[in-house]
Amino acid sequence: MFLKIRIKMLSNLSRIVFLLPFFLIVFSLPAYAALDPEIVKQLNAETNEEKVASIKKIALLGTPEAAALLQAMADDALSFSGDTIIRMEGDRAINVATGQEIKPLPENIETLVTNNSTRRALNASLSLLKLFSPDREERIKAAKALEASADALSMPILDQVLIKESDPEIKQIITLTRASIELKNPDPAKRLAAVKSLGESNHPDVKIKLTELTDPANEPDAGVQSAAKESLASLENRLLVGESISRVFTGLSLGSVLLLAALGLAITYGVMGIINMAHGELLMVGAYATYVMQGIFRTHFPEYIDWYVLAAIPVAFFSAGLVGILLERTVIRWLYGRPLETLLTTWGLSLILIQSARVAFGPQNLEVANPIWLSGSIEAMSNVVLPLNRIIIIGFAFFVLALMWVLLNRTRLGLFVRAVTQNRAMAGCVGVPTARIDTVAFGLGSAIAGLGGVALSQIANVGPDMGQGYIVDAFMTVVLGGVGQLAGAVWAAMGLGIVTKLIEGVAGAVIAKIVVLAIIIAIIQKRPQGLFAIKGRFVD
Amino acid sequence: MKTNRTPFVIRFFAATGCKGWLAIGFFSLLTFVLVPAAHLMLPADHALHVSDYAVTLIGKVMCYAIVAVAMDLIWGFAGILSLGHGLFFALGGYAFGMYLMRSIGLDGVYKSHLTDFMVFLDWKEYPWYWTGTEHFLYAVFLVLVIPASLAFVFGYFAFRSRIKGVYFAIISQALTFAFMLLFFRNATGFGGNNGFTDFKRILGYSITAPEMRVTLFALSAFMLMFTLILGRYLMQSKFGRILTAIRDAEMRVMFLGYNPLWYKLFIWTVSAMLCAIAGALYVPQVGIINPSEMSTANSIEIAIWTAVGGRGTLVGPVIGAFLVNLSKSWFTVAFPEYWLFFLGLLFVVVTLLLPQGMVGLWQKLRHRSMR
Repeated sequence: MFLKIRIKMLSNLSRIVFLLPFFLIVFSLPAYAALDPEIVKQLNAETNEEKVASIKKIALLGTPEAAALLQAMADDALSFSGDTIIRMEGDRAINVATGQEIKPLPENIETLVTNNSTRRALNASLSLLKLFSPDREERIKAAKALEASADALSMPILDQVLIKESDPEIKQIITLTRASIELKNPDPAKRLAAVKSLGESNHPDVKIKLTELTDPANEPDAGVQSAAKESLASLENRLLVGESISRVFTGLSLGSVLLLAALGLAITYGVMGIINMAHGELLMVGAYATYVMQGIFRTHFPEYIDWYVLAAIPVAFFSAGLVGILLERTVIRWLYGRPLETLLTTWGLSLILIQSARVAFGPQNLEVANPIWLSGSIEAMSNVVLPLNRIIIIGFAFFVLALMWVLLNRTRLGLFVRAVTQNRAMAGCVGVPTARIDTVAFGLGSAIAGLGGVALSQIANVGPDMGQGYIVDAFMTVVLGGVGQLAGAVWAAMGLGIVTKLIEGVAGAVIAKIVVLAIIIAIIQKRPQGLFAIKGRFVD
Repeated sequence: MKTNRTPFVIRFFAATGCKGWLAIGFFSLLTFVLVPAAHLMLPADHALHVSDYAVTLIGKVMCYAIVAVAMDLIWGFAGILSLGHGLFFALGGYAFGMYLMRSIGLDGVYKSHLTDFMVFLDWKEYPWYWTGTEHFLYAVFLVLVIPASLAFVFGYFAFRSRIKGVYFAIISQALTFAFMLLFFRNATGFGGNNGFTDFKRILGYSITAPEMRVTLFALSAFMLMFTLILGRYLMQSKFGRILTAIRDAEMRVMFLGYNPLWYKLFIWTVSAMLCAIAGALYVPQVGIINPSEMSTANSIEIAIWTAVGGRGTLVGPVIGAFLVNLSKSWFTVAFPEYWLFFLGLLFVVVTLLLPQGMVGLWQKLRHRSMR
């Protein structure tokens, strides 16, 4: 199987891209290639049936003029005078059948009214016509949309597409769509061929159609039945592979979010032993910093708006770090060695931070837009769609992890932090300024939380109490992973993410969450120091 | 060998000293006689009339005070910080709420023998765990047993593997969080998001009648006094002393031959049971119970009531619960946007400057003035 990788553009952007050639044709060509006036006239026929029939006939032409005409009708831009259908351009009246201006201006111009049934026919025809768009992306999109909704009436146009189309991928989709229409053909030989070719499909809807054919009540022909069973088996196999892949992927994605939320805690709690209940609010500070940067870019550098997220990374890092240092200097440093009191105090700090955000930015969720390079998705298989922002955030999580590892293991500061953690008195004796190291380390943990906030702003709501939702999960990750080292947090985050998503597939989101919490509680019973604890003897 | 121990009842009541009984006598006079009389007999425009709002508010805060004392028993005396007391409180409330929902009878919006939310979910009959909840005594039994057994099982496993301190706080928080998610589901059968509300009557008497309000008020007051007397007895007994010893040096207590598991487990279960009773008294007074009672924030707030009043004393938590909750009702009306600032500052100031709470401050001041 080929990995077909395409990046879908924003849908409204692509709509413009699709319509652009038509507009160009409409406005630049001096005259239309003529449409049959008899058919065009019927757009304003007495009965709905005649109108719909005329719409379908025009659609079957498959030309840009036909598309432009139908689009104009769908936009309510057509009028009529007597038997002639006109499009008004300023005060000029254009006969849509010929493309000629009508002079003098006809009398009694009335707007052509569409109703629900004509509208439905128009929309269906317009999406069929997109199959002839010059833009390949647009054709693929139209073909996919058709895959689910095509009926016998679209057969002629599909045949026409197969003749004109050169792209093998679009051809394949259309062939499969044809095949699923052919399933209803009274001729068993045609049905058999259709069933066989459908075995190649990846579309979940095809599964339902094939399942129907394995039932003797729906399919009289035994040959077709057994072929349907075979096709169904191969289809299900492929769907299952796709489903497992996307489940593991969403698990990894959740894991990376947990990791980003937990990495800062791994320093403040894991290394320094501070229970920081305000950690979620430091994530919030990072997310709000992203929001502010977005605003600054919008007003000052609108041409670089797509890169505001990159600019937000250092800003979030330092602003969350500063808040952290402030908290440590004013409050937390008085509480070292009293973990339960720290828990209550930092909870109070988190309330203050939440309320400050509410006062400064308002209580509602803020709108943080994904830049172009973070929106869209990669389609790995027909039922596996991987959103780009999730992929980038997984990468970002590992980037932050690497950053932290380097800071802790390859810098003098990291050496001091580790020394203070392992033996505070001894570190002090050899000249490490322990109090300052505490401050810097806490600031570092907070800054890492700020980076997590940047990532969260791209996938979750940004609001004053966004941090509260992560605090339990983040603590669970650190506690499960084992205190005092990074590797444990990584395994715990990814494991929790994947296990949660796997259970979610079977039992639903809430049950999955409860089961995972129960599992964590059970594991902590067995291994109170966490799964990956450093071995050693501890005495209270 | 036959020992001549003083009978339990005498020991139980003798644990509270002279001054204590005096205070309790005064408090009962206030809550059993004066407030009910002022509420029921004086006309609404009389200067000494106690309004509906005041009776409900004080009744509610007394329930909170019970929870604060229960929290103090486990945190102040045994050194175990629980972030799960909101869960036991809410479970007690839900257990009694089931009875209240059943006694709405046919007066609900849909005039069905089922509760409104079940009709709404298109359920045809009560789930099995609702069986028998139409009986008052069975509901009381559930209030006493369900949260206590949950606490027993959870505590057994946690204390057996010697989980303590922060770890215990965090996993009790996780437990509460899991239950909150569970109760938020409609399919769990406890009304989902909206929980239970719209109660009509208890034992056939209207729940909105002033007499009922006063009865619930007096019951809460009685329960609060009972909790205090029980706490005093427990803490003066040998049991309480061992508990305090476990708090201060668990290893040494173990080396002396005691198994801390049963001591901790007993006080933990008692504490959960007291919370459940408080919850059951709270729900009919407030008229609603929903899963947000189980939120993390609520459980942590309980800890701050205890801390504000003074950990390790019995009267402290009561003072703390009253101070925090009355200022909450005042703030949320007068300056709603500053309440969280105040509460947050309270957390910081109390832990940094007043580790012994109000009672500690009072003792320090008295000590200074006596010198």
